Amino acid sequence: MLKINKLHKSYPIGDSSLHVLKGIDLSVEDGEMVAIMGSSGSGKSTLLNIIGMLDEADEGEYILDGVPIKNLTEKKAAIYRNKFLGFIFQSFNLINYKNAVENVALPLYYQGLKRKERIEKAMFHLEKVGLSNWATHLPNELSGGQKQRVAIARALAANPKLLLADEPTGALDTTTSYEIMDFIQSLNDEGKTILMVTHEEDIANMCKRIVRLKDGVIMEDVFVNQVRASANV
Amino acid sequence: MFLFERDTWQEVYDSLSKNKLRSALTMVGVWWGILLLIGLLGSAKGLENSFNRLFGDFATNSVFVWAQSTSKPFKGFQEGRQVSLTVGDAKKIEENVEGIEFVIPRNVNSALVVHDFLSGNFSVNGDYPILDQVQKKKMIQGRFINQTDIDQNRKVVVISEEIYKQLFEKDADMIGKYIQLNGMNFMVVGMFETGNANMGPTSDMHIPFTTFQQIYNMGDEIRWMMITGKPEYDISQIESDAKLILRNLNSIHPDDSRAFGSFNLGKEFAKITGFLTAMQFLTWFVGIATLIAGVFAIGNILLITVKERTKEIGVRRALGATPYEIKRQIVVEAVFITLMAGLLGIITGGWILIALDNAFGQGTEAVIVNASVPITVVFIALLILVVLGTLIGLIPAFKATSIKPIDALREE
Repeated sequence: MLKINKLHKSYPIGDSSLHVLKGIDLSVEDGEMVAIMGSSGSGKSTLLNIIGMLDEADEGEYILDGVPIKNLTEKKAAIYRNKFLGFIFQSFNLINYKNAVENVALPLYYQGLKRKERIEKAMFHLEKVGLSNWATHLPNELSGGQKQRVAIARALAANPKLLLADEPTGALDTTTSYEIMDFIQSLNDEGKTILMVTHEEDIANMCKRIVRLKDGVIMEDVFVNQVRASANV
Repeated sequence: MFLFERDTWQEVYDSLSKNKLRSALTMVGVWWGILLLIGLLGSAKGLENSFNRLFGDFATNSVFVWAQSTSKPFKGFQEGRQVSLTVGDAKKIEENVEGIEFVIPRNVNSALVVHDFLSGNFSVNGDYPILDQVQKKKMIQGRFINQTDIDQNRKVVVISEEIYKQLFEKDADMIGKYIQLNGMNFMVVGMFETGNANMGPTSDMHIPFTTFQQIYNMGDEIRWMMITGKPEYDISQIESDAKLILRNLNSIHPDDSRAFGSFNLGKEFAKITGFLTAMQFLTWFVGIATLIAGVFAIGNILLITVKERTKEIGVRRALGATPYEIKRQIVVEAVFITLMAGLLGIITGGWILIALDNAFGQGTEAVIVNASVPITVVFIALLILVVLGTLIGLIPAFKATSIKPIDALREE
């Protein structure tokens, strides 16, 4: 699914530069569920952003689904993002003046689908996250868990190969976090490849593999026994 | 074509209607600009119309000439000689000056006019029917002097509404009635609307030219003449040509500028026309400058809007919006908002013109007549708005996509 070789990234800070990623090697197969862990400043978010094509590496190789991701124009990056990737954010990032179903349909809009088709698909995914009754509600009328479920539905709408989640449970309480994780696990069970950044051990243990970053290098990369979220709910 | 897709407009509608205050504030600038443009242009047009109406009954390319006394001795005549114009002079001018339309000899005198027990002193004009072509009389009843009146030296008179009011009882008949001019009976054959008192010599009552000659023993002498030039000829040239001929005919020194007095209506009219043109230019200038300021205000607010929406734009790009799609959306929003504001401005501008018309545009003494803006101007203004809206929309559009999506997402 994705292969990363000797990835480097540094950010300029004033006159000096901060070397955030110092040669990352990582390969993820189809159907994996990987947690990327690390303290703040370890480079985990940067790695996720590079994988998400929101940021570009300075050095190294990144191949996504057989396509080398290098020197992309903004346009191409946008098309790849739309085709390959689904994003789930810590702060949900729903568009606050669009209702749930419109938010879910947004990636489909950028795929150029007709409105009717979009709404149909979006409703299907809303149904899947159990929010079809909330389709016409605006984000500020939803609870945190509901918002994240709408965001997951949106990430799924374009039927991406890879789901990228940046602290998906970071803004949620434990119970809700587990509900969301339960749902993400079920997506993985259906075969979706999932990459998530987290700093919570219990959340990471609900994945199948944990990659620990420290100071821009991978310290540990282990497969773990997945803890089912449903067992904790 | 994305412009014809419902989705494009849905997006525009959503982002504008969900941010009503911002949208409204954005629109105010352009709305005000176009309102001013329409209001000013309309008022200027109204003023122009009112001037045109004032001069409308008058052949404006004309000059009035009368005789005075000489200021230079010439050919044995001493200075200070009283000069007089004759019907022959008028004929000679008509025959010899290039570009003449009409030369109308006119006589005027004052007379005591009596009808029943009412009387008054009025000026009496001796005129030819042709006067009606140069200085249009709006007949309320009856007719103006005709050729038969001239040929037969009839004692008929055409009076103004003002005189009718002074000499006749309210609503009394006057056609066919007789009034006394210096003791002689004249039959009233017509009544015309009183002209604007500011416009040249007023003509209170007119009798046939030939009759005038007889009763005042004028012979061929005339008091003054109206000379009208064809539209394409310069009236100042005609004036000096005519005076040259008059000096020749009357043995007056070629440099004697005092012998004949004149009032060049054409020149005065040109002054007013020039003033109106200048005013119109000013109007356009002010209107368009305001409009441009308004469009810049839109650009400015859209820029703030883009800043406000940085995160949203980041999310959209993460979801697969290309920079082109983001730009397009912002430009469409800019154009749409300018166009809406422009249309609103045109409508309210129209209301203002209607209000102006109601307040100042009624009756014969109206200052602003038919204040209006040609529809082509409105369309051109809209077109300019669309072009400016597109251009100004490009600034925030490029700004929006110049931020990397990752930075946009990080924005709190």
